[in-house]
Amino acid sequence: MTSVPVTQSAATAAEVVDGPYLQVEDLQVTFPTEDGPLTAVKGLSYSVEKGKTLGIVGESGSGKSVSSMAVMGLHDPKSAQISGSIRVGGTEVVGLSEARMRSLRGNSMAMIFQDALAALHPFYKIGAQLEEAYLVHHSGASKRDARRKAIEMLDRVGIPQPDRRVDDFPHQFSGGMRQRAMIAMGLVNDPSLLIADEPTTALDVTVQAQILDLLQDLQREFNSAVIIITHDLGVIAEMADDVLVMYAGRCVEYGTTKQILTSPEMPYTWGLLSSIPDVTASTDARLIPIPGNPPSLLNPPTGCPFHPRCVHSDKVPGDLCVTELPALTPATGPGHLKRCHIADPSAVYRTEVLPEIAPELLEETR
Amino acid sequence: MFAYVVKRLISGVLVVTLVSMAIFLLFWYGPSSPAQPICDRETSNRCGNKIEIYEKTLGYNNPVHEEYAKFVKGVFVGRTLTIASNDYECSAPCLGVSFRTKEPVKEELLSRVPATFSVAIGGAFLYLLFGIPIGVAAARRRGSVADKALVSSFLFISSIPYYLFALLTWLYLTVTFEIPLFSNTGYFSPITEGPWAWFSGLFLAWVALGIFGCTQYTRFTRGAMVEALSEDYIRTAKAKGLPSRTIVYKHGLRAALVPVVTIFGIDFGTLLAGTIFTERIFEIQGIGWWSLQAVQGMDLPVVQATAIFSAVILIISNLLVDIVYSVLDPRVRLS
Repeated sequence: MTSVPVTQSAATAAEVVDGPYLQVEDLQVTFPTEDGPLTAVKGLSYSVEKGKTLGIVGESGSGKSVSSMAVMGLHDPKSAQISGSIRVGGTEVVGLSEARMRSLRGNSMAMIFQDALAALHPFYKIGAQLEEAYLVHHSGASKRDARRKAIEMLDRVGIPQPDRRVDDFPHQFSGGMRQRAMIAMGLVNDPSLLIADEPTTALDVTVQAQILDLLQDLQREFNSAVIIITHDLGVIAEMADDVLVMYAGRCVEYGTTKQILTSPEMPYTWGLLSSIPDVTASTDARLIPIPGNPPSLLNPPTGCPFHPRCVHSDKVPGDLCVTELPALTPATGPGHLKRCHIADPSAVYRTEVLPEIAPELLEETR
Repeated sequence: MFAYVVKRLISGVLVVTLVSMAIFLLFWYGPSSPAQPICDRETSNRCGNKIEIYEKTLGYNNPVHEEYAKFVKGVFVGRTLTIASNDYECSAPCLGVSFRTKEPVKEELLSRVPATFSVAIGGAFLYLLFGIPIGVAAARRRGSVADKALVSSFLFISSIPYYLFALLTWLYLTVTFEIPLFSNTGYFSPITEGPWAWFSGLFLAWVALGIFGCTQYTRFTRGAMVEALSEDYIRTAKAKGLPSRTIVYKHGLRAALVPVVTIFGIDFGTLLAGTIFTERIFEIQGIGWWSLQAVQGMDLPVVQATAIFSAVILIISNLLVDIVYSVLDPRVRLS
C-alpha cells in the first residue's frame, strides 16, 4: 500500500472541495431485528464546515451515535442498511468499498469515544496504541518516527512527562488522562473531521471543562470540522456553533447554538432546557423532567414521535400531532429549522415555558 | 514477582504435605488392614494369622505418627523397608516399595512419566492447534448457518462421555476399519524402539484426545472471542482504520486468549497427572493406567505416590497459570 500518496491526495482533495467538509443528506440507518426492521435514523440531513462545531443532542436511543457511526462506516455492513448520502471531503462514503473506507477512517476522519477505559485496549501500552494508529496510515514511517509522533501528541494534549507515560498501560492513567490519550490517538493523523461521542460523560466536572478546553484549542490549531455528541446542553453552550436536536431518529430542531438555547421552537427542546439544573438557582427550585420514556423505534408513535410526551399538543387544532408527522420547516430566525405543528411556538415559549424555567431571563428580554 | 513465587511454592509444599498425610491416614484407618492385600497375595489367599508378621514388619502396629515420620524421613534420606522376611533398599527420595512388583515406587513412576507426558503433550497440541482457530473462525461468523452447525455438532461430541468417545474411536478406527496407522497402540520408547513406533503407537490416543479437546476449546475460544469482539476497544481499532485481520487477531484474540489459557493450564495439569481412560483404552503404560492397577490391586505405596504426584503437578500448573496470566494481562499484579 502506498499510504503516503494516499494521505496527500486525501488532503488535497479536501482542500479543493468548497463548502462543508461533511455533508449528510437524507441518511437512513435500519437494523434488521427479530421483531422486524428497526430504523434508528430517518431522513437526517446536516453539514459541518471545517473549523466549525456541530453539536448533536438527544436522549439515549435518539440516533445520535448511530448516525455518527454511519459517517465513520463503523456499522457492520451485514446488519445495518444505510441509505442516503454522506460526503466526507467530497467523497461519497455510503457504499464505498471497505478498503477505501479504511484509508479514510482514522486518517481524514477520526472518532473519540466516551469511557476511554473501555475504548482503549487494556493489554497494549498507550504509546503502542498511538503508534499503531499512526503507522496504519503512514506505512513509509519507521517505528521510531511513530514513537516520536506518539510522544509529541501526548505532549500536545497535556500529558505530563509524555516520554515516560508513553510506556504506561491505560489502567495506569487517570480518567482525564485516558480521555486526553484518546483524543491524541484521534488526532494523530491530523483528521479534517473529528467526531467526539460524549467525550466528557465519564469524567468529573473539573476534568470535563479541561477536556472541552483542550478540544477547542485543538480544533483551532488543526482547523478541523468537529461533531460533538452529547446530552449535556452545557457542553453544547460551551463548544458548538450549530446544534442538531434529535428525537426518535429524526432531526426535530436545527439552528445556531444561540437560536437553540435562547429561542427554541420545539417542545422537546424546551423539555431538554427545563431539565438542566441551575447552580445559581435556589435549592428549592425544581427540575422539570420530560414526562414518559423515549419511544420504541420498532413501533414509533404515529404522527409526531414526540406527541405522547408533549404537554403542548393541545395547542394544535384537531389531532394533527397524532396523525401527521410535522415537516422540518423554517422557524423565526435565519437557518433555524423546527419540526412542530404549533402555529407560533416562540410565543408559547415566551409566555409558558420561559417564566417557569428562567424568569430572570424573561425580565431581560422585556 | 520472585517473592510471590517463593510464597506460592511454600504453600504448595504445605499442600503436598497435607495430601500425603490425608492419604496415609485414610489407608491407616480403612476398613481392612493395609497389610491384608499383600499378605493375601504372597500366601496365595491363605493369609490367616500370618497377617501379624506383615503388619509388624510394615509397621502397622506402631502409632500412625511414628510411621508417617519414617515415611517422611525416607523421602529425604532413604530407608530400608522390610516386608515379611525380605529387606528392600529404597534410596532417597523414597516413596515406598510396590506391594506387587517389590520395585521402588519412585523408579517405576519415573519410567512411566514419558508415556503420560507424550500422550498429554501430543493431545493438547492437537486440540489447541485446531480448537483455537476453529473457535476464532466461528466467532467471526457468529449467527451464520456454518457457525450454528459447528457449535451444535461440537456440543454433541463433547456431550458424549470421554471414555465412551475414546472407546468408540478405538473400536471404529482400529477394530472395524483396521487402519494400519492405528493398529498397534501403546507406548514405545522413541529412543530404543524408534520414533515411528512411538508416533504410531500414540497417534490414536492423540486423535481421540485431540478431537474431544478440540470440541471443548472451540467452544471456549468462540465464547471468549465473541465477547472480546463486542468490546469498545474493537470499535476503536476499527475507527483507527486497521485492517480486519489486525482487529480480529491483534486486538480480539489477544484479549480472548486470557480465559482460554487459564482453562488450558488447569486442564493440561490434569492431563499430565495421568490420563486414566486414554491410557487404559489405548494400552499405554503411563501413570494413569498404573494408578488404576494400583487401586485395583490395593497397592498402597503406588496409590500414595500417584496421588502425591498429581498434587505436585497440579500445584505447579496452577502457579504457572497465575504467572502466565500476569504476563498476558498487564492489569494483573502478582502479590
